Amino acid sequence: MSPVRDMALAAGLLALLAGVPVHAAQQDKQPDRQHTSRHPERSKTAAEKDKELPMEWHTGGTVTSPPPKIRTISPLPDGEWKLPAGDLANTRYSPLDQINTANVSKLVVKSTLATGIPHGHEGQPLVVGHVMYIVTPFPNNLIAVDLTKPGGALLWIYQPHPNPKSVGIACCDVVNRGASYADGKIIYNTLDGQTVAVDAISGHEVWRAKLGDINVGETITMAPLVVKDKVIVGNSGGELGVRGWIQALDVKTGKPVWKAYNSGPDKDVLIGPDFHPYYKKDQGKDLGKTTWPPNQWKLGGGTVWGWVSYDPESNLIYYGTGNPGVWNPDVRPGDNKWSSSIIARDADTGQAKWAWQISEHDAWDYDEIMENVLVDMEWGGRMRKLLIHPGRTGFVFVLDRITGELLSAQKFEPTNWADGYDLKTGKAKENPEKRTHYGTNTRFICPSSTGAKDFIPSAFSPRTGLLYIPAHNTCMDYAGIEANYIAGTPYLGADVHMYPGPGGYQGELVAWDVAHAKPVWSIRERDLPIYSGVLATGGDLVFFGTMDGWFKAVDARSGAELWKSKVASGIVGDPITFLGPDHHQYVVVYAGVGGWMGAVAFPSVSADDPTAGLGVVGAMKKIKQYTGPGDVVYVFGF
Amino acid sequence: MYSVSERLRAAVAVLAIGLAAGAPAAVVDRPAASPAPLRVCADPNNMPFSNDAGQGFENAIARLLADDLQRPLAYAWWPQRRGFIRQTLKAHRCDVVIGVPDHYGLVRTTRPYYRSSYVFITRRADHLDIDDIADPRLRTLRIGVHAIGDDYANVPPAIALARRGVIDNIRGYSIYGDYSKPEPTRSLIDAVDDGQIDVAIAWGPLAGYFVQHEPRPLAMQPVQGENDPALAMSYAIAMGVRKDDAAMQRTLDGFIARRHADIDRVLDRFGVPRLPVQSNDGGP
Repeated sequence: MSPVRDMALAAGLLALLAGVPVHAAQQDKQPDRQHTSRHPERSKTAAEKDKELPMEWHTGGTVTSPPPKIRTISPLPDGEWKLPAGDLANTRYSPLDQINTANVSKLVVKSTLATGIPHGHEGQPLVVGHVMYIVTPFPNNLIAVDLTKPGGALLWIYQPHPNPKSVGIACCDVVNRGASYADGKIIYNTLDGQTVAVDAISGHEVWRAKLGDINVGETITMAPLVVKDKVIVGNSGGELGVRGWIQALDVKTGKPVWKAYNSGPDKDVLIGPDFHPYYKKDQGKDLGKTTWPPNQWKLGGGTVWGWVSYDPESNLIYYGTGNPGVWNPDVRPGDNKWSSSIIARDADTGQAKWAWQISEHDAWDYDEIMENVLVDMEWGGRMRKLLIHPGRTGFVFVLDRITGELLSAQKFEPTNWADGYDLKTGKAKENPEKRTHYGTNTRFICPSSTGAKDFIPSAFSPRTGLLYIPAHNTCMDYAGIEANYIAGTPYLGADVHMYPGPGGYQGELVAWDVAHAKPVWSIRERDLPIYSGVLATGGDLVFFGTMDGWFKAVDARSGAELWKSKVASGIVGDPITFLGPDHHQYVVVYAGVGGWMGAVAFPSVSADDPTAGLGVVGAMKKIKQYTGPGDVVYVFGF
Repeated sequence: MYSVSERLRAAVAVLAIGLAAGAPAAVVDRPAASPAPLRVCADPNNMPFSNDAGQGFENAIARLLADDLQRPLAYAWWPQRRGFIRQTLKAHRCDVVIGVPDHYGLVRTTRPYYRSSYVFITRRADHLDIDDIADPRLRTLRIGVHAIGDDYANVPPAIALARRGVIDNIRGYSIYGDYSKPEPTRSLIDAVDDGQIDVAIAWGPLAGYFVQHEPRPLAMQPVQGENDPALAMSYAIAMGVRKDDAAMQRTLDGFIARRHADIDRVLDRFGVPRLPVQSNDGGP
């Protein structure tokens, strides 16, 4: 509970190698890879360049038309990085421009730090004042690093000691997606379902709140968002039949202020007279109860393990919910509200303002907990308040965030479960033969259960009007019934095989023109998904990482690769940028592969069973050739 | 009864303290002749199968096995959930899992040593006498089943009923239960006893054990009447070892052949309802 101040112990954890060009030494060790070009017409020089960068190539053009009028609605992270996405609106855009397209090629490793925990390092650190804060995977230690010291120096480590039982209960690695800073405190969640607030200076615990019960399968992996005086937290554990909720805690004390479930009667969902869904299909009384067979909403899933956004002008929070539980779809007829939905709530009371269910009666495990990017933009000739949601379902959705009206839904990766959306009804034009049923073999469903994109967050640059989406192209066969065994009980699961989708690539960074609802350029990875978050900057750079451990900067307008550096392990974390005490700009990213797809890199996960991890191993066969577990925080600068 | 494992636990505790103090491993003495422990992976809280007090029937079979092999018994405890085999057997925390379905894909299985089935549990006083999944009364009675929760997953009777349009009167009880309490899966059987539901459909071994311990007399009958072979209601149970551990599989097969009568006595004692192990069960 108290911070570790023993520097001798800390020395084992901390390896600060200021300025050592680790990446240069490792470049030669890259395995020799085959590559296939999608562009046979390309010149020899391009082909030679491909040989040099065998994993990727970029398609499409550059931004030609000037971006539409854009207005950001949240203070931007100008120097510090105090919230998970940097701002309240989930843009992951920093206006810093010291590092820019002209000089990024000179970026070098300035320091590294090993957290000592070789599991999936999702999420991102915070930088507040002159201190960087890192939340590790389970056991969820908080490491504070003094940036004024050469190469950084350990200030303290706070250890919350979460219940080790939670390791056996979490479905998909023991990840954590980061912290928020507010009121002098670093606030984050622990795998065993607690929220902790730690004094940012002393490292002493200020409060802790037990919100989830691991004994019924609840864990917490998301990064809380602090909105004014409230900490917004949601639960994980949909695959164990928990009932999803979101709640607000008092930032001073950790005491609950409001709690809203995502299934059940209106009073539990905090649906009252203020609730005005745009579409008829989402209107009605107690839909969180009546769109389920009796009582099944009690194990209804719809958890909140992704990102929360906030619009300070309308005082609304926005979040997406996970897939419905706990039954396979045949056993839970009905829309199963409010699973796989986007919900807007009043930040002070939690009362729902509107909700839009993205896919009724989910049959594919399409959680829709992705980030909702909030921005005001010219749309159809006038400024509108937009919510942009790049979905697991394979569509980029653009909504009016005040009314919940769907303005656009376009595919950004191969997607065949639906042909499109009817903007009049808000409903998907579903492809009935792609719906999964017990005893039915359904081949070639795109995207697979991993989605065209998972929780890994995109970035939006107001300078280009582009949303930079870290995507994957994975399809699946849902093959009837497979006997499995849990808690001493045989049961039937689905025999799901995932594999790369059409097009000869598995990962793609898509630069999406929001106003025109189309891709402008993309960068493709042949063998692995892109599973890192994205950072866009005022230097017109886009930073992202690959699962084989390359951290890259590309031109925000053209996608041209301007710089890259090899890191110790595959990247599944989210890059951030900040101004150091020396007033110079730095960029930070975690190198520690893991998570649902990334854990296939672990030696303990066998690649010979393609149905393991709900079939994800089949799509990730090659990852062991490219990377192993890691635990390193990299700081780059000049 | 538990002396072997208790001694071992004490030894492990000493070893752990030694390591924490930074003592080299060589300091821990073990007589050269003493055999390596038989390392079994089990759920610490999943009666009637196992718990960390050694009270389950899989604990009893593990003791029988360790005695037979004349090796001390050591446990690696892990909740039996998604990732159990990966975190235990495949991570080399142990070498044997006492119960897995025959031909379970994640492991190498021994010859099966029993076969059980899903059963209907009703109150004797109600005289429902249900044994057929197509029984029309199942359309109106209140039915409880275990909810698995892993994506796309269900127990076979729930699927069989859903196919027959029996959905609205089904209630799910999480298979994980409340893990802070003993006997987490029991709430489904309690629900018949206390009248929340009229019929529970549960996996035989856990039903057989809990039925014996409920205050009211309960009836139990195997689920029959499902003709779709994909919706099997009965499963043969074997032991599981790592896929490359043929030597351990042979050892365990020998034990099962030698001590079959003793294993049966353990299963009888725990009230495990059984069907004959069929001739096509087992094999490579």
